[in-house]
Amino acid sequence: MDYDDSSDPFPTALKILIAGGFGVGKTTFTGAVSEIAPLSTEELLTTVSEGTDDLTGVENKTTTTVAMDFGRITLDPGHVLYLFGTPGQERFWFMWDELSEGALGAVVLADTRRLEDCFAAVDFFEQRGMGFIVAINEFDGGYRYEPEEVRSAIDLDPRVPVVRCDARISSSGIATLLTLVKHLLAHAPAAPSYGAHT
Amino acid sequence: MAAPHDGPWLDESAGRLVRPYTVSDGRTRPTAQMDLLTQVMATGGPVIGYQGPDHTAALGLCAAPTSVAEIAAQLKLPAVVTKVLLSDLVDCGALTLRAPDFYHNPTDRSLLEAVLDGLRRQL
Repeated sequence: MDYDDSSDPFPTALKILIAGGFGVGKTTFTGAVSEIAPLSTEELLTTVSEGTDDLTGVENKTTTTVAMDFGRITLDPGHVLYLFGTPGQERFWFMWDELSEGALGAVVLADTRRLEDCFAAVDFFEQRGMGFIVAINEFDGGYRYEPEEVRSAIDLDPRVPVVRCDARISSSGIATLLTLVKHLLAHAPAAPSYGAHT
Repeated sequence: MAAPHDGPWLDESAGRLVRPYTVSDGRTRPTAQMDLLTQVMATGGPVIGYQGPDHTAALGLCAAPTSVAEIAAQLKLPAVVTKVLLSDLVDCGALTLRAPDFYHNPTDRSLLEAVLDGLRRQL
């Protein structure tokens, strides 16, 4: 794949997901590293409600708006990275499938006060075989756990990095993304032109 | 009331005054395959046939390569409606599009290394 053709005006668009429970700081993280103010796009979804009494035989349809926050980092003239926050509510899991299509990998943000909120995201990326790291968002006043304590609480694969970050600080967010990309590179198949990386 | 070409008609309490699917004539299926990371750019060619004010607004956002997600966010329209508008503009020759090309191999080493280098420059 070679996109260096100067006649092609389009950069290559890449995607990393920022996942985690509701209120864990996904939008803050995205906003801190994005070169644009975080934007939000919404999908209107019509779903047939389940588990509701239906006496008339008429389908119960509900329209739900799912908003996705995203930000952008121009890496170089040929590459633009988009960060997409995944919808926090579990019932929107099916959106993650579409969002995760073609994503390089994911950062799962965790709040140690509500660690269980990140389990769903961890499960999702493990099952899909998508590369991810866990970043503990250190809120003011939150008790600080060692990353290894968090790893054992999540029962995480020892190869998955666990880092601390402050979602409000750009350099902390960028460092977190760098950890993710290094992790992805360590497990990416070696390309012939690059020789064997270890 | 604002003129149509100033963007969507918004009311402070009621929000958008034109229902989202009205601007796409009720259509929910764009004619071109797009996802949120599909990029579009104005060709500079003439717009053939009359397009609505939202088409004009969308086209105005596409002077440089821009993603469908960004245009949807700027227009404050659902992504699917935005895709219909943009595919209208592609069909009439006003826009050119480029689908994201990472589906084949999102773990391509050269891509990851470009991301690594680009992120390091942000520090």
